Amino acid sequence: MNFPILSSLILLPSIGALFLFFTKGNKKNNFTIKYVALFTSAVNFFLSVYLWISFDPSTSDFQFVEERIWIDDFINYKVGVDGISILFILLTTFITPLCIISVNNSIKERLSEFLIAVLIMESFMIGVFCSLDLVIFYLFFEAGLIPMFLIIGIWGGARRVYSAFKFFLYTLLGSVLMLVAIITIYWLNGTTDVVELYNSGIDIKYQNLLWLAFFSSFAVKTPMWPVHTWLPDAHVEAPTAGSVLLAAILLKMAGYGFIRFSLGLFPAASEIFTPLIYTLSVIAIIFTSLIALMQEDMKKLIAYSSVAHMGYVTLGIFTIQQQGIEGSIIQMISHGLVSAALFLCVGVVYDRMHSRLINTYGGIVSIIPKYSILFMLFTLAALGLPGTSGFVGEFLILMGAFKDNFLVAVIASLGVIIGAAYMLWLYKRVVFGKLVNTDLKQMFDLNRSELFILSCLALPILFFGFYPDPLINTIEVSISDLIDQYNFKLASQI
Amino acid sequence: MENLQLVLPEIFLSLSIMFLLIFGVFKKNSSRLVQSLSLAVLIVTAVITFNETIGINETKLFNNSIIIDYLSSLMKIITLLAAFLVLIISSNYLKTFKIFKIEYPILILSSVLGMMVMINSNDLIVFYMGLELQSLALYVLATFNRDQIKSSEAGLKYFVLSALSSGLLLYGCSLIYGFTGSTNFDVIASQLNSDVYALTFGIVFVLVGLAFKISAVPFHMWAPDVYEGSPTSVTLFFTMVPKIAALTVFIRFLYVPFLNLIDQWQTILVFLSIASMLFGAIAAIGQTNLKRLVAYSSIGHVGYALAGVAVGTNDGIQSSIIYITIYVLMNLGLFSCLLMLKRDNQYYEKIEDLSGLSKNHPMLAISLLIILFSLAGIPPLAGFFAKFYVFKAVIEQSMYFLAIVGLLSTVVAAFYYLRLIKIMYFDKEKEKYDIDHGFWLKFSLTTSTLLILIYFIFPGQLIEVVSRINII
Repeated sequence: MNFPILSSLILLPSIGALFLFFTKGNKKNNFTIKYVALFTSAVNFFLSVYLWISFDPSTSDFQFVEERIWIDDFINYKVGVDGISILFILLTTFITPLCIISVNNSIKERLSEFLIAVLIMESFMIGVFCSLDLVIFYLFFEAGLIPMFLIIGIWGGARRVYSAFKFFLYTLLGSVLMLVAIITIYWLNGTTDVVELYNSGIDIKYQNLLWLAFFSSFAVKTPMWPVHTWLPDAHVEAPTAGSVLLAAILLKMAGYGFIRFSLGLFPAASEIFTPLIYTLSVIAIIFTSLIALMQEDMKKLIAYSSVAHMGYVTLGIFTIQQQGIEGSIIQMISHGLVSAALFLCVGVVYDRMHSRLINTYGGIVSIIPKYSILFMLFTLAALGLPGTSGFVGEFLILMGAFKDNFLVAVIASLGVIIGAAYMLWLYKRVVFGKLVNTDLKQMFDLNRSELFILSCLALPILFFGFYPDPLINTIEVSISDLIDQYNFKLASQI
Repeated sequence: MENLQLVLPEIFLSLSIMFLLIFGVFKKNSSRLVQSLSLAVLIVTAVITFNETIGINETKLFNNSIIIDYLSSLMKIITLLAAFLVLIISSNYLKTFKIFKIEYPILILSSVLGMMVMINSNDLIVFYMGLELQSLALYVLATFNRDQIKSSEAGLKYFVLSALSSGLLLYGCSLIYGFTGSTNFDVIASQLNSDVYALTFGIVFVLVGLAFKISAVPFHMWAPDVYEGSPTSVTLFFTMVPKIAALTVFIRFLYVPFLNLIDQWQTILVFLSIASMLFGAIAAIGQTNLKRLVAYSSIGHVGYALAGVAVGTNDGIQSSIIYITIYVLMNLGLFSCLLMLKRDNQYYEKIEDLSGLSKNHPMLAISLLIILFSLAGIPPLAGFFAKFYVFKAVIEQSMYFLAIVGLLSTVVAAFYYLRLIKIMYFDKEKEKYDIDHGFWLKFSLTTSTLLILIYFIFPGQLIEVVSRINII
């Protein structure tokens, strides 16, 4: 297989963005601009589906590897996928076209710039998930800040400047220590190639500090309690498409990083710091769920619920159990779909009423029934009802957790109840109840594009809820191999 | 005498300066012509340097007082090219203020000559001569818009403080001479005796003088005022060209005679570097004038370049040269943008004047956006790689404190760069600026932006160029 499929996946959106850059962004061209962007990202999606089909799930080796000399004797441009990363690439290419369709209703000005930012963002995110060199990974990881900063800052709501700055500086502050760690690894092992590092292992003396440096970056990005505070601000102010990208994909970069780097490179340190992760995860699950209960703003509520869901993810990863890590990945994929859908749902009513406050709404079920049905489905998926993908992830994580630490698992299970409480209460207050606000009567139901986007998201949520096999098949071997490696390294003290 | 061809660039440049001076005096209204001739002289000098000296092994001339090697040739070429670009984009600015005179290019040429002598120097006296030649020219350049009180003030301030620092530097030279018996770098190196504490004092005094010239904290006080007061085109010159030469001298002075005393001077350099990085980042936050802001940002960037010098390895020196080269490129772009903020024959230099630039001038705004993100060191832009190489060298020597402080100050510095971006992109637009800029201004902006943007495609090239520098 000589066709550089991964590089094409990375480059294609950028090429689309370049094309848009040279197209005049006036009203007449808006239609063309959008279809160019949509076309690019759709091609990218089909390319990634092809990638998934031709992916061989029976091995944990990296596939479709491309390696080119980038800086002599120092860094090679190396990309490749294994079972852990391929699903995230799919998620990225799946969400991006939906984001582009959704701009119809929400982005009124500077459309072409917005789409350029989204497409460049897609390039960077795919790059994060398939890079097999620490420096390349860092490059993509950090580069994503630029388009996201602009998306929040230019097209955001009233407090957009504050949120954009907070987002940028928080994440940058977290990541600089990771850069120090990456360079240190280079000097320790003479390479930043992930595969070689997997084989050689990292000196146990340095692992703890290196782990903490990586952790500082991933913890901010996940986000874990107590460094999660940028997320609600960023979500609330970002435009709908921005929130979707942020929740669905950006947050997953950190979870992916934990699996790929923290577990893969620093097993001894991961073992030591597992209690820390457990504590922070459990606090995140309980504490942010309680905060979510109190929110007046729908977007903020979903943002806090994201923090709680990511708490499950980090918990699952550090159980170091087959079920736990599988559950984490499925939970991330599912959360990517569900949170994207929920933000889009908020976006739908926001575009009509220009309010995100819960008490603006109430009793809209009879006015916009189609919307209410789909919103219902996503609410249930968010709280992890059996039959939705949310359930599969949460169940597997808790199963892994029970194997590893009973107390943590029990507390985390309590979080599920609170999760159900805030989601259902949100749904009740928005959709059911008396119709008090008479302005709501002017609302019209989902138009064609909204219906299309939301059904696109509903399908995989239901499908993988009933039949998660394709997902588990893809990741199974890679994860069991990861765990074997982990235990082996731990036993032999490297 | 065959060795004279190695100093041909300097000889050619000095003869040209004299010729242009006489030519300019006798021919009336020749400022345009002198400007073009000066540009040609710079290019020709660069070409001569490239042809005659870049391939030469280390050669010492005139009783070993001048050294021609790859480092000096490379830095001379960078200096000449930077000076060329400054000169070529400043003409519109000068014309607006009606100070487009023959003296301007000639002064730039003389200061470049001084820098070339500095870069070549292998002897304290030669080095001092070069330094004074470039400084004298710079004093006059700072006051070039003499009818404006700020410009005169800038020049005077620069002169007084710089003379003071030159005095300190000379005192340091005399101490070194007193305790080693020579001003020649090689002789000093062989006479070194680390028991002599007074020698350390000598090094400290020289370092103070040098730190002043490249405006490293705590010897930076002149920089914001001078940068703000001087004509913008001169500020551009200040922020770029003298730093290249001073950095080379820094490297040469520390690594040739005093390499064995690295324990003594390393701490000083680490302090200078950390102080500059932090102070540059923090002090820039409160600025409202773009030129002052650039002054503080350049203080910060000098800190990163010094971090490379502080390391004490060839890798460190190379990274520091890469840093300064990329920094020159970014500054060129930044100032090209500043020189485009012009409306009705007036230049705007407050940060609010950038407000809503993205609506009125999208291309200008996107270029500035790229340049600012690059200055902040965000990947995948060139500025990131500059910092990356420096920290790679720093961490190799396990100087983690320096690396972590440096990287944390990039986060602080990111704040004020983001603020400029915020003003450009998130704020309401104001009146439009002129768009009839000269070709060269547009050219330098486009080229620097593109190079910054696509640097990541071939990052190896620059490393290749500097990898031949082996001082140690």
